[in-house]
Amino acid sequence: MSVPPASPARQTRSALALWGERAVELLIRLSGVSAVLFVFGIFLFVFIEGAPLITDLDWSKAIFSPDWYPTSRENVRYGVGAMIIGTLSVTGLAMVIAVPFGLGAAFFVSEFCSGTLRETLKVVIELLAAIPSIVWGFIGLSVVNHLIQRFLPAPVGLNLLNAALLLALMSVPIIVSIGEDALKAVPDSYREAALALGATRWQIAWRVLLPAARNGLLAAVLLGVGRAIGETMAVLMATGHAVNIPTSLFDPIRTLTATIAAELGETAVGSPHYRMLFLIGLMLFTITFAVNLLADLAVRGVRRQ
Amino acid sequence: MNPPTFTATPLVRRKLRQERLARAVLAGMVLAMVLPLAAIIAYLVVQGAPLISWSFLTQNPSNGMRAGGIWSALVGTIYLVVIALLVSAPVGVLCAVYLNEYARENWFTRLIHLAVVNLAGVPSIVHALFGLGAFVLFAGIGRSILAAALTLAIMTLPVVIASTKEALAAVPMSFREACWNVGASRWQTIWKVVLPNSISGILTGVILQVSRTAGETAPIMFTGAVFLKKIHDDTLFPYALTDQCMALSMHLYTVTTQVTNAPEALPYAIAVVLLGAVLLVNAAAILLRGLLRSRKKW
Amino acid sequence: MVTPTPKISVENLRLSYGHKEVLHGVSFAIAPNEILAVIGPAQSGKTSLLRCINRTVEFTPGAVMSGTVRVDGEDLMRMADVYGLRRRIGMVAPLPVGLPLTIYDNVAFAPRCAGLTAKAELDARVETCLRQAALWDEVKDRLDSLGTKLSGGQQQRLTIARALSHDPEILCLDEFSIAIDPVTTMRIEDVLQELRAHVTIVLVTNLTQQARRLADRTMFLWNGDIVEMADTDVIFGDTPRDRRTFDYVNGVFG
Repeated sequence: MSVPPASPARQTRSALALWGERAVELLIRLSGVSAVLFVFGIFLFVFIEGAPLITDLDWSKAIFSPDWYPTSRENVRYGVGAMIIGTLSVTGLAMVIAVPFGLGAAFFVSEFCSGTLRETLKVVIELLAAIPSIVWGFIGLSVVNHLIQRFLPAPVGLNLLNAALLLALMSVPIIVSIGEDALKAVPDSYREAALALGATRWQIAWRVLLPAARNGLLAAVLLGVGRAIGETMAVLMATGHAVNIPTSLFDPIRTLTATIAAELGETAVGSPHYRMLFLIGLMLFTITFAVNLLADLAVRGVRRQ
Repeated sequence: MNPPTFTATPLVRRKLRQERLARAVLAGMVLAMVLPLAAIIAYLVVQGAPLISWSFLTQNPSNGMRAGGIWSALVGTIYLVVIALLVSAPVGVLCAVYLNEYARENWFTRLIHLAVVNLAGVPSIVHALFGLGAFVLFAGIGRSILAAALTLAIMTLPVVIASTKEALAAVPMSFREACWNVGASRWQTIWKVVLPNSISGILTGVILQVSRTAGETAPIMFTGAVFLKKIHDDTLFPYALTDQCMALSMHLYTVTTQVTNAPEALPYAIAVVLLGAVLLVNAAAILLRGLLRSRKKW
Repeated sequence: MVTPTPKISVENLRLSYGHKEVLHGVSFAIAPNEILAVIGPAQSGKTSLLRCINRTVEFTPGAVMSGTVRVDGEDLMRMADVYGLRRRIGMVAPLPVGLPLTIYDNVAFAPRCAGLTAKAELDARVETCLRQAALWDEVKDRLDSLGTKLSGGQQQRLTIARALSHDPEILCLDEFSIAIDPVTTMRIEDVLQELRAHVTIVLVTNLTQQARRLADRTMFLWNGDIVEMADTDVIFGDTPRDRRTFDYVNGVFG
């Protein structure tokens, strides 16, 4: 027991090990930077392909005019007004459905159930998030389409309502999971204090948690919006894809994303039509960038509290 | 009934009624989403089931995609997913290691964080434009499996980063301090203690990622996926990296919107196979996570 | 009894986390093979002091350190191989941390990190250290079970074994006896008495009696300042230089 430790000679690591470590750390740092490079790269490449058209375009017309005749022989017009309205209307309608349902489900999962039920619901919501958008599109085309035609006074089933329903179901999982995180972040002491005052769980949810988790819930909604704006395949298949300013729920519409997906394959690389599609992509990039930035700021607000 | 010591006043009764109502309404909302969806999926399965068989999975499409199976699309999807994963998993995990273990609190870290958040929000069709501009045209790879997989890899990167970061952050700080105290370098600490104890979370995140990649359509439409390409079974690797390929998701799109006179069950069958594959991988990841959580080492 | 070449010498050491300064310029020196006890109330900078000595404070975001710390006359901040420095110092944290590795791997961790791979040498090292930490008899039959599954007291002794595993010249113990029973504490104190033959020991402790039993000299640290540093007999005697020392030692405050 009283034996002093063997030899004081401390090993030193081989030069190879030290250099290997340095190489790995360099790789790690490079990977860290790569995320910034990718975002910048996305902007850059989309911008480069679209740029030559920027100066040739009558921007007020391009943004506000609903006339989209990119392949017209005599009078080519690149008006994305109808598509902007289409994107906004379908996103807006989807959010009208998804926000109450998503936040309601978040509250239900986080505050009103526990144990197996909660775990099961979380798994179900996770699986819901995993359904590919092309499958959603197919559901819209083959199922929702017929349901709308049969039960609602609509001539066609591929319309604003159909796409909005799909988008709502697609954004609900995000709203639920982020919203639940936000509710979980509210300290239990708030709940306990309110319980001690005799509040019911509903009163706690409404009067305590909703204000306390405000920013996080806002972020959840914003991320849902971002998801809905950027969605492509499902809306391409379910909206009817007609350049049209919708006046009712049953009008077919067209979105910015779907336009790119539908037309890019048929344009010649470098043609004005091709460049215009990249400019639409640039618009989408900017919009979602702003939405995500806002969501991130909202989440940061939560952390600072 | 209520215990005898508790007499409910009208106010309390109203409160309790309100509580029950709230619970019922919220539960109703959840059901209103889950039940129709379950019904729809069941409908898809019923419609597609007659076509699904072993030969459906293992035959090339024939007769203008109206007959035969989905073999080349299935293989194409596997190619895309595996190659995308080979790129995004290492880069994503290393990026998360950087953010969680190396980065200090400063503007640069904030910038990287912001980039990851925004990368996650870029619409898939914009990724497609990027892939076309950067890989297909600028880098000169051409429309190919490689270009499509790289596009998918960048698209899936943020999720790998986020889930890995979460897994790394779950390793207690005290473990790292204990290692530093005995003279372990940062990398030794990460390699010998942090990574082995977060590998389960990292793996789950990566597997979940696989399932998402498999379903993506927009990013591969213009970078490497084609309507129809048959493959031969006599080689081990039927596609070359520079080939274009079919993919399940793209195949579903084509059959639904471009092919006329296809058998009615065909798109349903493709949808069911795609959905089944995605959900199976997902469920596997969730099971794995549960299993590993119960075998935690501390 | 400060000798011309102290083992550790600290001059005007300041440390702040963000805007909060926790050490306000402390200076002292420790002779080779000395046991120095550091006493003082909570939040007075004892742990921070130790973390400055092995430079792990650098891992804390926002920590800013100024002043000089010398080990064997060599400036800490100018050392190229900070990992080599940490291997010369054994550090035992107040709350036991068994790494999620086997017991054997826990103790073999540091030598392996330093590049030792010979199995026989590792075996010997592990056994010696576990014996010194008074843990060998309890775990010798299950060296391949997880270190995290040991009891709190056993984990603390595992931590001590780990701190000895890289054969340190300096041993810093931060309230090591919080999680262990008195009997084991006494056994470890015996070990410390033996180790002093070739190791310099810094012992942060809240048990004033422990300081009295072990230490050659004692430092009373309070709110980031050294109130008094003198021979243990003086600090615990009736006439320490500073009134606050007397009050603290005799339980008037703290």
